[in-house]
Order: sequence, then C-alpha cells, then structure tokens
Amino acid sequence: MSDKVPSQPIPADMVKVAIIGSGPAGLSAASRAGQLGMSHVLIEKTDHLSDTIYKYQKGKRVLATPDRLDLRSDCRFAEGAREYILGNWDDDANANKVYVVKEAEVTEVTGQQGAFEIKTAKGVIKAENIVLAIGTQGNPNRMRCPGNDLPHIIYTVDDPEDFKDKHITVVGSGDAGIENALGVAEEALENTVTILNRSKDFARAKAKNVSDMMEAGENGFMSIRTETQPKMVEPGWLTLETPTGDEKIQCDVIVARLGSVAPRGFVESMGIEFTGPDREAFPKLSPTFESTVPGIFVIGALAGYPLIKHCMNQGYDVVEFINGNKDLTPADEKDLAAIFENLPQKKSVSEWLEYLRTRIRIFADVSPLQMREFMLDSKVAYYRKGDVVFEANEPGSSLFAIADGHAVVEIGPDMTVPIEQGSIFGEVGLISGRKRGATIRAGEDSIFVEVSRTAALKLMAAVPGAKRVIERISLERQLMQIFKGGLTVEDLAPIVEDPAIQRVPAGKVVLAEGDEGDDVYVIRSGSMVVEKDIGGKPIFLRYLPAGSFFGEMAVLSGAARNATVKAAVASEVIRLKGEEFKAMLAKRPRVREATEAAVAERAAMNDFIESRKASYSSAVDLYSDTASFIMKEGLGEATDALLIDENLCVGCDNCEKACADSHEGLSRLDREAGKTFAHLHVPTSCRHCEHPHCMADCPPNVIHRGPDGEVFMEPGCIGCGNCMRNCPYGVIRMEAAPPEKPSLIRWLLTGFGPGPGEPSPKWTKKKLGEEKPKKIAVKCDMCKGIAGGPACVRACPTGAAIRVSPEEFLSIARLEEDAG
Amino acid sequence: MASLFSNLFRGGRRSKATQTERVRERRHEGFLRYANFRWAKISGGLCLLIIVSYALVDVTPRHNGGSWYGYTLGTLGAGLILWLTALGYRKRKMTSDYWSLKAWTSAHVYLGLSLMVIGTWHTGFQLGWNVHTLAWALMMLVILSGLYGIVVYATLPQALSNNRDEMTQMQMLEAIRAFDRQLHSAAQPLTPQDTAPVLKALDEDPFAGGIGARLSGRYRNCATAAALHALAGTGTSDPEAREKVVGLLKQKQAALGRLRQHLKIRALLEIWLYVHVPLTFALIAALSAHIISVFFYW
Repeated sequence: MSDKVPSQPIPADMVKVAIIGSGPAGLSAASRAGQLGMSHVLIEKTDHLSDTIYKYQKGKRVLATPDRLDLRSDCRFAEGAREYILGNWDDDANANKVYVVKEAEVTEVTGQQGAFEIKTAKGVIKAENIVLAIGTQGNPNRMRCPGNDLPHIIYTVDDPEDFKDKHITVVGSGDAGIENALGVAEEALENTVTILNRSKDFARAKAKNVSDMMEAGENGFMSIRTETQPKMVEPGWLTLETPTGDEKIQCDVIVARLGSVAPRGFVESMGIEFTGPDREAFPKLSPTFESTVPGIFVIGALAGYPLIKHCMNQGYDVVEFINGNKDLTPADEKDLAAIFENLPQKKSVSEWLEYLRTRIRIFADVSPLQMREFMLDSKVAYYRKGDVVFEANEPGSSLFAIADGHAVVEIGPDMTVPIEQGSIFGEVGLISGRKRGATIRAGEDSIFVEVSRTAALKLMAAVPGAKRVIERISLERQLMQIFKGGLTVEDLAPIVEDPAIQRVPAGKVVLAEGDEGDDVYVIRSGSMVVEKDIGGKPIFLRYLPAGSFFGEMAVLSGAARNATVKAAVASEVIRLKGEEFKAMLAKRPRVREATEAAVAERAAMNDFIESRKASYSSAVDLYSDTASFIMKEGLGEATDALLIDENLCVGCDNCEKACADSHEGLSRLDREAGKTFAHLHVPTSCRHCEHPHCMADCPPNVIHRGPDGEVFMEPGCIGCGNCMRNCPYGVIRMEAAPPEKPSLIRWLLTGFGPGPGEPSPKWTKKKLGEEKPKKIAVKCDMCKGIAGGPACVRACPTGAAIRVSPEEFLSIARLEEDAG
Repeated sequence: MASLFSNLFRGGRRSKATQTERVRERRHEGFLRYANFRWAKISGGLCLLIIVSYALVDVTPRHNGGSWYGYTLGTLGAGLILWLTALGYRKRKMTSDYWSLKAWTSAHVYLGLSLMVIGTWHTGFQLGWNVHTLAWALMMLVILSGLYGIVVYATLPQALSNNRDEMTQMQMLEAIRAFDRQLHSAAQPLTPQDTAPVLKALDEDPFAGGIGARLSGRYRNCATAAALHALAGTGTSDPEAREKVVGLLKQKQAALGRLRQHLKIRALLEIWLYVHVPLTFALIAALSAHIISVFFYW
C-alpha cells in the first residue's frame, strides 16, 4: 500500500513549509498545505507513510478517541483496522496533492526562519518554516549484523497471540525484550522462543521480569542464551555467536528490542527549549505551536498530544497559522464554549481563558495553549452564596480554584475560615486521594473552577510555578486541618522545615523506639505502621493512613521515642521542628488540648495491647503477624481490598463468576492466585490504591477515582497497556469483552452455552469466528453503579470474601474480640 | 420470591444501602454464624412452636396431613422446599440490588433443617408405602445430604488452604508438567529397560483414576510411583543418571500428591451436590404427585 503515494525528488526551490514526519499530524499538515496550494514538502524517513501505525500488527483496531473532539483535517479518520486507516490516508495524501519525499531521514537542521536548511539522507531541503511532527518513538536501534534489513525482523510485539507455532528469537534483554519473550512464550501458543543476551547477567531489567524469565527458562518455555549475539540473519535461520563458537538456529521471527534513541536530543540540537529537564517535559510552545525557535513549529505526540485526533487537528491548524490565518479558532472551541455556557456573564472563550488566567494564582504561569487543554478537563460553575461545593467525608479528588467571590471552609461547628479569590481548595484530595476533609460553601455569589485530578497533576508537571503554589498551600492547609484549633499560616512558618517534605521508601524506619528526638511528622502521602518491641518481638500497634501525625508523644513527654514508625509503602512525610512545635502548642492551647487527647488515646491503646500481650500472647502475635503480612502484601496503600478467609472459602469461584456476570463477561479477580497467611488470603484483585499506579500514565486519561473511592476506567481506553504494566499487583487484564451469553434460564433448562461466569476462551473464539475485537484494559471498579455493592462479596455463599480498608480490618476491635 | 425475601431480610435497617453508604463488613463472618445466628434462632423458634402447638392442638380423630393443622404445615413445608430450591437460581443470577448470598445460605441451611420437623410433624407420624411417604423420605435424604454439606463446608476449607500452600490448581499442574519436561531430558541416558517405566510416568494423566481414586486420594495404578519403585531398586543404567531421574520422580510424586489431595478435598466439597440437587428435583416431582393425589383422590 505504501506505493500508492509515490516518493518525489528533493524540491529544488525553497518551500514555504517543510513537514518532518508523516504520521497523523504531519500528514494532516501536508494535506492542508496541499489543499491551500502552499509550497511544501513532507519528509519521511521510511519508505511508507505513518511508520508508527504502519508497524502495528496486521488487522489491529485503531480507536478514534476522544469522541467529543471533532476531527478537523483534510484526511479521514474513524475507528477501524490498521489497513483501513492507512489505506484512507494514502488516498487522502494523493487527493490533497501532498508532496512527499520518502527515505529521507533528517540528520541536521540549520538556518533560521525564512531560510532553513534541512539535511536529509537524500539531500538538502530549503524551507521557510518547519513543522516537526516526529512523534516520541524515536528510532529503534537496529541489529548490526548482515541480514539486518530482512522483513521478519520486527521491533515491537503488539499482540503475542499473533504468533503461533513459530521459532522466535528475541534480541535484547531489557524489560521490553523480556516482556515480549514472556508474551510469545505462553505455552498455548506453542512457539519455540529464544532470548539472547550479549552479557552474562540481566542488569538492565527489573528483578521481577528477570525472575519470571528464569522460571520460564527452567520450565522449558524458552531458552535463555547469555553471552550470545546474532551474527547473521537469513530467512528462516539465525546464526549465533556463542562463547563456544557459532551456532545456527531455526528462526522465523526476530524481535529486536535494542532500545531507541529518544528524539529529544535531535529536537534540542535545533535550539528548541523544553519545559524542564525530566523525561515528561515537552517543548515550550506558543498558542500557534511555535517553538522557542521562530519558524519551527512542533505538533503531535512530541508536543504532548498522544492521541491521533489531536495530532490531525493540530496538523491542520498549524498550516493555517503559517498561512497567516489569525482568526482560526481551535477545534476544541465549541467544547470550551460549552464549559463556559452556564455562567452568568457572557464572554468569548478567549476572554474567559484570560479572565481565569489573570485571576487565579495557579494559572499565572500557564500558557494560553496549556490553558485550553486544562480547561477541557475542567468545569466552571457559578455558585450562589451558601451553596455547598462539597461536603466533608465525600470522596473526591478534584481541585477547585476561585475565579470570583470567595469560599468558606467549615472547620468546626459554627466555625468557618474564608478562602480568598485567586486561591484554591480541595487540594488534599488531590494529593492523598482520600475523602474530603471539610465542607466548603460559597461565601458569596462566586465562580469556581473544578480541575480534575489528572489535569491538575499535568498542570503541576508542566508548570513549575503552579506546582509551587499548590504544594505550599496544600502543605499549610493539611497541617491546619490536622492540628485544628485556630492554627494560622503565621504559626506554621517557623515550624515547617525547609524543604518540608521528605520521601520515605517502603519499609524505612522514620522513628526508632528508644531514639532521642522531638520532631513531629505528618504523613502527607502513603501510610505508616507503628510497632513496639514487646517481649523481644516487634508487635504491630497501629496503621497510620495519610493525614495522620506521629512523634507527638516525645514532644509532650520529653521522653525517648516509645515505638518504632516505619513506612508501609513509599510515602512522604512533613517534618516539623520539635522545639518550635512546642512553642506553638504553648501559644495555642486548643491545639495543645487536641494533641494531648490524641496522645492519651494512643497511649491507652498501647497499654491495652501490652496488657493483652501478657495474658493473650498468641492472639496479639496473630494480630501483629497478620498486620505485617497485610503490609507486606502492599495493602498499606490500599483503600479497599478483597480479603478471603480460607477457613470459609470452599473454592466455588462464585466470586469470579459474579464479577464476570456483573460486568461485561470478564472477571477482574483471580481468587486462587495471591499470598496467604494464617488462612487470610489476598487474591489478585484491585486494592484501589491511595495513589493508583495505573493512573500514572494513561494517554486518553480515562482512569479516575469515583465517588465511593473506587478507581475505575471510563470508556475510551485505547488499549496501550500502560496501566497493566504500571500496576505492581497484576490486577489489570488486557482483554476483549466476550460475546453475549445465552440467558441463565436457558442454560439452566437446556445446558446450552457457557453458563455463569467468564466464558471459556474456546467458546468465545468459536462464537467470534474471524472477528478479532480490540483488547482494552479491564479492572475492578468496585461494582460502581451497582446498587448492591461489590458482586464478589455479595455472591460469596459462605462469607469468606469481604472488601475492607486496612484500617478497618486492623481495627483494635479485632484484637479485642480475639483476645477477650 | 426473591424480593419477598430480601424485604423480609432487610427489615428496613438496610434499606439505606446506597451507592455512597454500602453495606460493609470489617470482619469475616461465616454463613453459620451470620447475623449472630439469626436464622438458627428463627428456625429453632419455628420448630419449637410446631412441636408445642402439635401437642396443644386437638385434632380429631388424630393428627394427620389432612387436618387443617396438617394442611398448614404442609403448605408451609411445600413453600419452603420451593424457596430453598431457589438458592440455586439466586446463586447464579447476578442482579444488581442488595442481597447477600451468605445470608441466603445461612437461611437455607437453618430453614432446611427445620423442614425435618415441619415435614415430619405434617405427616402426623403416619408413614407407609405410598407416594406421600416417598416425598417425605426424599426430603429427609435431601436434608441428610445437606447436613453432610454443612459439615464439609465447615471443616474442609482449612485443609484445602493448607494443602495448596498459595499455589493455584494451574500452578500445581504446571509444576507437574515442569518435572515431566525435566524427566524427559534426564531420562535420555537411561537404558531402554529403565526408560520404559519413566515414559509411562510421563504419559500419566494427573486427572485419570476414576471417582474412587479422586475421592480417596489413593491412586493404586500411579505410574510415577511404579517408575520410582522400578528405578529405586537395582537398575541397569548409569547410577548417576538414574539417581537424577529418581530425584525428579520423587519431586514429581510430591507434586502429584499435592494435586491429588487438592482434587480430593475439592471433590469432597462438591460430591454431595450431585446427590443433593438431583434428589431435590426428585423430591419436587414426588411432592407434586403427593399434592395432586391429595386433592384429587383423598
């Protein structure tokens, strides 16, 4: 199909715009230029258009998300198979008279606006403007041996199930190589898999991947060849250079995972600045996508927009801008207009954006382009005086900013604190993912902006100024909320260390029993466990979720630390200086009272456990060991986990069946898998982490925390698998929903169909025939929207399954019942 | 039936279970202890009521199924039987409203046991060789098989958990397959005479052996045990190679032992359902015959 758009010679004259990269963004830009009759050249390094999508597996479905965004391009794009989309684009490129130069990898760009010189593999191209649309994939490092250009060498494995009964050699033993090898080595696929490693050990890969690979090796699923590298590639065969001489093995497919060169270096070599030094940073851009080098425009994934539709719209827009179109409103204009629609004042979208930008502190450093992006993920609402924005203990993780008017926080009965215009609220939920700490109302007729957690995190990553403001405010607020009683920002200034926030890796001891010291700590994120040495054994005393403080006993008593506090999961603590804290307590008697009350309660609990330890040693030990087990299983970061009592579980798997039948036919839990201690079993099932790892990198941003604290996915998953890889607990599956089953009654009466629960892959396959639906991420949503609550728990016939948070499960009531 | 039951069970207390205020339990509580033995108390009270009222109510000429008292008990019993049967449907039908299968099981168990009193007292202790007594006998058999179920549900899960030791059934099978693969290559240097029993062990299907072996956990024709026996004595092969194979066979046998124990416990946990459920349907058939004959021919 790549021949449908023939490659042209290098243009002799200066063109108005040279577009580097022929992906969705570049192609759309070139098409617009072609339609406008603008002199242009589209430069592609390979011999086909849109290499990233070209390299997708045959028949792979490409999704057209986000749905709400309109496509504005001279090229067509709708959900469909890879071939359909590429075919359309080839036709569109011809129809739009796109001038494309293929196999012309760009090596260097010199000159300035009006006279750029682009050195390519085919010669020098002169252009007035440049549009960079090279994506973020970079160039995969290629094999260096003879035969490295053969077509059976691939650089990605999209779906391991596309390979069956093949001899596959994976070259490269980083994480990507090992994961691909493990994928294709799945027993049912009957592949013969070999993985090659140039050196002796697998130093570049994660320990988990290495151990999985070794296990697969021991079980005979793959052969692991160390100190071995490819020497020559021939169709069907691969010659290896091994420590004991050359060896020729059968090989139908080579998966080369040798890393890639990220495009950043190339981009920076043109003089383009990035927003920061970290990996997530993007080039600095103007509202018209112009970089810090005049005349060079950056669009697409490289500009921070990984979705195809965004890329195509930007391609169109950027050429319009270059063509001098100043009135073009972006494609998202109507979506933004809808966001501002219900406000009492009438302003244009750009006036609103400017209004918010100048009136809200965290938006001060945000560029107009970023502003549009953030507002799309946000809501703006008008509140009348006294309207409740949210209530205490309501779940919620969004951030609110005050554009007009002011808000009041109800910190106690008949006690309120105002928050002024320009400031923010709701930031605690943003950082800890926990429930709202206080009720907030509008103090007068006001306009508040609600920014979703993901948009706010993106904002903090992209705009350092916004990050500083949010962190400082949230720190002060968190402290004021924890130490109630009229504490002010002025009180806090001398107490808080600088830098205030310490990171604590999981398992690290923050305070050791017997230590001297009087600093007080507040858990900003993560959680801690408190242990005390009783009778020569560390005994679990309590679990401290985010938002708790510790170390206060020593401040009040002046004695040494009476228990050990260590991080249950990777956490952040705020360290408060002991002396100054004490001085503050003297000044604020109500804070002192509250702190003393907390100390008394904790001391009473410690005494209770110590006294029970003497008389009911085994019950206390069991409680303590159970707590340690639960923490070891990573439940310290859970907000709601499925726990199975194996004294009750008869292994009927009704939980899994109920899960599958309550959703679209797929179970999101694996009952049997997972660790067990004292018959307490932690199955493979989502724990709805406080800081969900799955949310960290979701390109279409569809993973959210819902009103019951559940972490769920809304429709729109593009099937990239990032969340599955990021989840340390392996609870996310990539799977396509099976077809509709015959009804339960019909199955009961006739036995026809697969019955309750997830249908067998065999049945699904038979039913689907040739169709290959898109696999998307599937995870527990805690039965969101199902009135009865989690189906796994409701459907357990014996009461073996419950869903709890660690603090509920490890409550002192448990020990009281056990120890009498 | 389902809604009737859930209303009864909710009793208004739970009607507030909404999206934001879900019913949550902090501790594991088995179906027998459910709600502080609520259904045991209800069912015990019901039995007591029947026994006492039976003694107090004067039915002439004597207590029998055909008296107003007998009809009351009979209707109650028949209704209960149908409702108890509905558990099989409830268990599989994942409707979205609030219900707890544990509560259903608890009620099923205790109300099912109360049928012994309801059914027997309904007969007025008039038993004979007829369809009416057949229904009663089938009911008693269903209850007895259910009693077995209660006992195994209460006692075996722990053994199941201990035996599997964090392994899943798939992993157990996988472990056996892994030993097979290692055996396959380790047995290469053996003499044909020694290889034969090893090959037999490799061909062994871990699931074969029939229902008797499955339930007892004893596999008399176990090829792995036979191979171990054959090679443990004096073999004809190189001692070092043989030792390696013997070691692997021992490991495989241990893995097989775990799997067989696992399958045994699971079979014991399930086998009674193959009696309980068909007998229930036989009971419903006999019950229908009993009711029809009573109304048409009495």
